[in-house]
Amino acid sequence: MSIFFALLRRELSAFFFSLTGYVIITAVTLVIGSTFVMLIRNLGTDPFSMPVTQLFFNSLMYWLLVILLAPVITMRLFALEKATGTFETLMTTPVGDFQVLAAKFTAAVMFYMIAWLPTLLSLIIVQRYTNQPRMDLGMVGGMYLGIFLSGSLFLSIGCLASAMTRSQMVAAVVSLAVGVILFILGFMAQVIPAASATQMDALFYFNIFKQMDNFTRGIVDLRAVIFYVSTTFLFLFLTLRVLDSRRWK
Amino acid sequence: MIEVSNLTKRYAGRTAVDDISFTVARGEIVGLLGPNGAGKSTTMRVLSGFMPASSGTVKVAGFDVFHDADEARRRIGYMPENNPLYPEMRVREYLKFRARLKGLGWRKSRERVDTVMQQCSLTDVSRRVIGQLSKGYKQRVGLADALVHEPELIILDEPTIGLDPQQIRSVRALIKSLAGKHTVLISTHILPEVEMMCGRVLIMLGGRVLASDTPENLQRRMAGGSQVIAEIAAPSEALRAAWENLAEVEQYDVSASDGAFFRCALTPLEGTDLRPTIFKLVRENGWELRELTRSRHSLEDVYVQVTKPNQEERE
Repeated sequence: MSIFFALLRRELSAFFFSLTGYVIITAVTLVIGSTFVMLIRNLGTDPFSMPVTQLFFNSLMYWLLVILLAPVITMRLFALEKATGTFETLMTTPVGDFQVLAAKFTAAVMFYMIAWLPTLLSLIIVQRYTNQPRMDLGMVGGMYLGIFLSGSLFLSIGCLASAMTRSQMVAAVVSLAVGVILFILGFMAQVIPAASATQMDALFYFNIFKQMDNFTRGIVDLRAVIFYVSTTFLFLFLTLRVLDSRRWK
Repeated sequence: MIEVSNLTKRYAGRTAVDDISFTVARGEIVGLLGPNGAGKSTTMRVLSGFMPASSGTVKVAGFDVFHDADEARRRIGYMPENNPLYPEMRVREYLKFRARLKGLGWRKSRERVDTVMQQCSLTDVSRRVIGQLSKGYKQRVGLADALVHEPELIILDEPTIGLDPQQIRSVRALIKSLAGKHTVLISTHILPEVEMMCGRVLIMLGGRVLASDTPENLQRRMAGGSQVIAEIAAPSEALRAAWENLAEVEQYDVSASDGAFFRCALTPLEGTDLRPTIFKLVRENGWELRELTRSRHSLEDVYVQVTKPNQEERE
């Protein structure tokens, strides 16, 4: 376990040692900040029927951020180590592939969540200075759970892409492409009218917008949680297989 | 310490290492010599446990590097080609991180990091960022990393590549100082390096081990075919007659040098030393002698001779 923490510390600090980390945080803060400003301006002073969390995460801005952020955060994880050769020094220590992947993924998720922290400030400002309906802990919690779960899925896709190549650019492009596909699937699930109940159920799993909408209203739908957790683990498992492939390739 | 038996490593469609076997005893410094692409790095990668062999077994300190990977890895300090490091970390921080990965406890890792930093003269730069260090320092950081968990076996893939002569000296001295306490396997294509540091040489080519012996023995093996050069002031006919009459001389060549001197290149019969005989001959005839040398075959000649026929075969 202490090895895991040593790895995690290094991975997490690597984000802050490089300029990329700060660029990411700045970009997220900027986008979220400006979106909130626009949101509040449009809302005016009249109370709105929806909570602010829901309004924001219904905007495409959120998905744009997730789809762009995940590749940028994860592209470095394995590709850079493979390119510089540190992958070899890392893998010849008595540390298992699993520990390495777990540390890298955890670091990515932690950094991702840190990048979202400024949203808390926006929420507090909205709460304090506008007449919008009160947000309860459930909404805020649901929102962050949604950010966490959807982020994990996109980050795990990034992990897989990064493990498959030694070029950071290729890793970023591949995970971006998969992210966009997922986004389009969600969009189609939103617009295609379901012909039957089963079809509707099936489509729901891909409807990332509807799922996020629920989270931001403070509704934790178990189906959505299972969808995110299982797909995240699927991609992490595939990553592990890719890492292992050097043994039989 | 190392037992390699029938090791073969194939990449998709290409055999990098072809059925090699060798053993290295505890405390030896062994040089793995060969041109680029001979399979040195691949052999080392398999030894270090980074890649498994396609067939054959590799044991380090009695542990199979694939099946008992963790136990074997604890006993190996490996520095890959080009010495990869994390450029954004500080020297001390990096070494501590590596020590922790290699399973050293918090206290123990601190203690060991201090020791190896002193051993590799890194104490002055302990708080510097690795990316800003000179190449010589980086190399020493890599070596310190390989040493930090007190491994029994140290594998260094081209440890002196890209260093300036002064840095090469210090790295060599450091490696030499490891002899006895650790077993060291070094790969290189720089011949003098092997002559200076290694007790034994394995010459590799095309994925095979072509020769394995001490540098001295390899040279001696060649000595039979060496030549003796003597520059003597004497009438050339007398010299020719003298060589003709000497049974030990297999071939001779007399050519005029400056003044009254003649340069004689003599090929002795296998296993004989001509030099005392020549000296006696000169003394008896009252000639003048100003040079008497045996052209010593360097390891380079051995290397060229050993690797040549195969290269032709391949072409």
